[in-house]
Amino acid sequence: MTATMKLKLNLGPQHPSTHGVLRLILELEGEKILSCEPDIGYLHRGMEKMAEKMSYIQYLPTVDRIDYLAGCFYSELLCRIVEQAFEVELPDKVRAIRVMLLELNRISSHLLWVGAFLMDLGAISPYFYAFREREMILRYFEKLTGQRMMYNYFVFGGVRKDIAYLEDVEEIISVLPDKINDYEKIITENPIFLKRTSGKGVLELDTAVNHAITGVNLRASGLNYDLRNIDYLYKGFDFGAVVLDGKDCWARYKARIMEMRESVNIIHQALEYLKSAPALEQKLINPLNLKLPEGDYYAEIEAPRGLASCFVRSLGDDRPYRLKWRTGSYYSVNLLRKLLVGEYLNDAIAIAGSLDIILPEVDK
Amino acid sequence: MNYLYFLYIEFLLRHNIPKLFGDITFYIIPFCVIAAALIVVVLVLVLAERKLLGFFTQRKGPNRVGFWGVLQTLADAFKLLCKENITPKSVDRFLFNLAPIIIFIPVMTALGIIPYSAEFTFVNTQTNVILYLILAAFPVISIFLAGWASNNKYSLLGAMRSISQVLSYELPITFVVLSIAVLSSSMNLTGITMAQFSKWGFFGWFMFPCVLGFIIMFISILAELNRCPFDLPEAESELVCGYNTEYSGMRFALFYLGEYAMMFANSMFIAVLFLGGYLSPFGKYLFNSSFLIYFEQAFWLFLKAGIILFVMIWIRATLPRLAAFDLLKFSWVYLLPLSIINLFIAVLIKMGELA
Repeated sequence: MTATMKLKLNLGPQHPSTHGVLRLILELEGEKILSCEPDIGYLHRGMEKMAEKMSYIQYLPTVDRIDYLAGCFYSELLCRIVEQAFEVELPDKVRAIRVMLLELNRISSHLLWVGAFLMDLGAISPYFYAFREREMILRYFEKLTGQRMMYNYFVFGGVRKDIAYLEDVEEIISVLPDKINDYEKIITENPIFLKRTSGKGVLELDTAVNHAITGVNLRASGLNYDLRNIDYLYKGFDFGAVVLDGKDCWARYKARIMEMRESVNIIHQALEYLKSAPALEQKLINPLNLKLPEGDYYAEIEAPRGLASCFVRSLGDDRPYRLKWRTGSYYSVNLLRKLLVGEYLNDAIAIAGSLDIILPEVDK
Repeated sequence: MNYLYFLYIEFLLRHNIPKLFGDITFYIIPFCVIAAALIVVVLVLVLAERKLLGFFTQRKGPNRVGFWGVLQTLADAFKLLCKENITPKSVDRFLFNLAPIIIFIPVMTALGIIPYSAEFTFVNTQTNVILYLILAAFPVISIFLAGWASNNKYSLLGAMRSISQVLSYELPITFVVLSIAVLSSSMNLTGITMAQFSKWGFFGWFMFPCVLGFIIMFISILAELNRCPFDLPEAESELVCGYNTEYSGMRFALFYLGEYAMMFANSMFIAVLFLGGYLSPFGKYLFNSSFLIYFEQAFWLFLKAGIILFVMIWIRATLPRLAAFDLLKFSWVYLLPLSIINLFIAVLIKMGELA
């Protein structure tokens, strides 16, 4: 008999802190993790295969479900594919509306992450504080689109209807910076929080790049890679880069907090434009009997959880021959295999939490 | 206590029941009283915690059952009573059933040791501080049994954490209690309370000479109770529910009850050691009649314990959880040396007093 025995622990698929149905097969020695094997697919809905049986307009409402916390980004991607195919130039007002909603969506996604991450670390209050602010954003979306999470607001060539209730957005962005300051007061410099996060889960830049990590996780490792800088949607908007060199869980937390502030900044600019903008004039693409010309189409965007992209191969049919999504979380899950080895179990929860994994996005 | 004893014997003699019967049964009655009081205390405590947590996190807390939600915990307890007692297939049946019972016995006894007022201590031995310390560390055996018998990996990890935690926080507590024993020249909780009496009211409390000890004691008690930020054994986000993952229904309720009752007992213990126990903070009592003074004394003790409980709940709402390794390091590297320093300070103060 050996002196120490390995303990095989199934973390999930039903576990309070895997944020969905992720199963991590861990090998433990005491509480030290010797190996980690993520097992995904519990939430697989066949989002890609489904597209091959649906026309584009039928498929559009379902793509919000790829990431239920940031649905806007995925409908934006699909719209972009179609707009690309028909070479539609978006009017400025549509661009501003889309940017504003995307950034609001990004903030709501990051807010939920802040709450859930702190919940993983055992602090309960920030969860409710973050939900209080997220509620304001969801209320606005509900008022505007009729839905709290699956908005289905972007359509091919524009938006479903003209923007409204701008005073609500004004209130949100006037309140948010103060609230973010409040979070920072109780979280950022908290000694226990620092102890749990700083120096934990160090993600070196070359590891991150080799594992195709994008988004906030990459920027917290020190590389300024933000698609918004070159995105045509964001042209004319002025915002700073959020790049930190900490590489650890704390840096990823701080980067998300800073990104929320940047998003507020962007929304502010969009709002200023929209307040004085004329009534909406857009040339929508007729979705009925919509046939994409034969060819390959590719669109990408900076989603809250990293680079999200959509690839479509069309044979000139009214439905895609093949449609492929690329989502940020999928690569973060793969990273766990490397990042968790040698850590203790409770650090592992913090590290997995800090990567902002969301399972519907992984399983698709 | 003697007063009650004589009343009881007199009552029995009046009904022609021999004194021997009274001598034996007299010590059973207090435990029945405690058991009944305990349920009420825990129900109130759980409700208070949920209400306060609701307040701290900008929610309403329970507000449906009864006026202002006061019957919520009663309804929860009733629900737990009615629920099925699931015994998983691969558990060690005997130990699995034994564990929730074991957690309850030390708590009941520990509550009997606390001096609620000058004449109201059920178990008043010369060295009942030591007895209390033993009983306070006892629930960990139950946690260990529960974790081991459940045959569940999460339970096992929770039990493992709990044992290492209690072992490392027991030592600072012992040193701090030792310094109090030095200051008060007594190992008896009533004696310790009386040693804190001064005509200046709360200036006589050991909280002031032993401020270091007070802080150490509070932190260590939090750890021993598995309260946040030391709630690793039942860390929800890591170990699902720790050692009581497999428990359901009444067995789970017993764990819950034992935990909260221990929380209450320990906060009263801190109040006795550092905040003058049942003594009035003003140096003299508000009531004059000897009978009412007992109630007033009990009121002061509960008020002090209540303040400590409030701080515990407040901390739970504010702080994240420590990591297991840091937790042990915190005790051995910081708390233990500091508690020894605290003991030296206490000895110096006592020597100064005697000189």
